[in-house]
Amino acid sequence: MKLIINGEEVSIKDGLNVNQLLVEHNVKMPEMVSVELNGQILRRHVYETTQLNEGDKVEFLYFMGGGGGAE
Amino acid sequence: MALSEQQIERYSRHIILDQVGGIGQEKLLASKVLIVGAGGLGAPAALYLAATGVGTLGLIDDDNVDLTNLQRQVIHHTPDVGTPKVDSAKAKIAAINPDVRVKTYPLRATAANLAAIVRQYDFVIDGTDNFGSKFLINDACWFERKPYSHAGILRFHGQLITVLPGESACYRCIFHEPPPPSAVPSCSQAGVLGVLAGVIGSLQATEAIKYLLGLGDLLTNRLLTYDALTMDFRAVKLNRNPDCALCGPDAAITELADERPPACDLKGQL
Ligand SMILES: [Zn+2]
Repeated sequence: MKLIINGEEVSIKDGLNVNQLLVEHNVKMPEMVSVELNGQILRRHVYETTQLNEGDKVEFLYFMGGGGGAE
Repeated sequence: MALSEQQIERYSRHIILDQVGGIGQEKLLASKVLIVGAGGLGAPAALYLAATGVGTLGLIDDDNVDLTNLQRQVIHHTPDVGTPKVDSAKAKIAAINPDVRVKTYPLRATAANLAAIVRQYDFVIDGTDNFGSKFLINDACWFERKPYSHAGILRFHGQLITVLPGESACYRCIFHEPPPPSAVPSCSQAGVLGVLAGVIGSLQATEAIKYLLGLGDLLTNRLLTYDALTMDFRAVKLNRNPDCALCGPDAAITELADERPPACDLKGQL
């Protein structure tokens, strides 16, 4: 199926849930990512039960803690 | 408060803008902006807000200037190494624009002190470098109902969003809680291209000025992400999250609390 991930069309296996998509899309540190599906931010506990469908718009939003301070 | 002749000259390039004018400039001079963190993001924000003529700038930072800061924290100069960041920043602001009053807070923002400081300002800029402080600022601005600009930078990436508490999505609407410390890239792995701080911190200052003047569309309900390598700016549309533990209808967070993963000390790892 085709998904729009971070604004780009991506072809990916059918029938994935959000957890499987994170693996399939090579998201290395899922703890550092918040997932938005069709405009709604998902809580982590629904990743397993949330099935993706053709044409879904997915945004991986990355935690960015830096501010150029002491780090 | 009428502008002096000197001020009319100093701010002439603002005053000739229809959307600013003398009235807008007077508004800016009467405004108060709090900058939390006088580091990478806070440096350009403070420099531009000072030049802009925002009348009162508050600076919170408990750190001293370190040699490793100078690659990106452009408000601090080589002779400032070892001095408190708030003092170093205050001296530069005074040199740029004597119209600006600077209040320095040489302390670390905590749940015990932040709300009372935030309360005294019109707009807040998050220029901090750790998740604990970022959540604390978001929460303090919610409880005080103060607008603020969140931002983060890492390696070649930056992102920011403006939050109008109660009206637009907050940081917790997107990122529910700090990531586990084990997942946060260690300090020595992280790194950041210095100029990223200038790009993103200047955008934060732009949002502050727009808010103070009531101009244009604020960066609300949109997370603007910037990739310096591809030069792509993307605005990801967001909505307030009905499950938000802070600003949602069934909010679990009812008072300000500290949420702080272990501090990051690069010097300890070298
Ligand atoms: Zn929220």
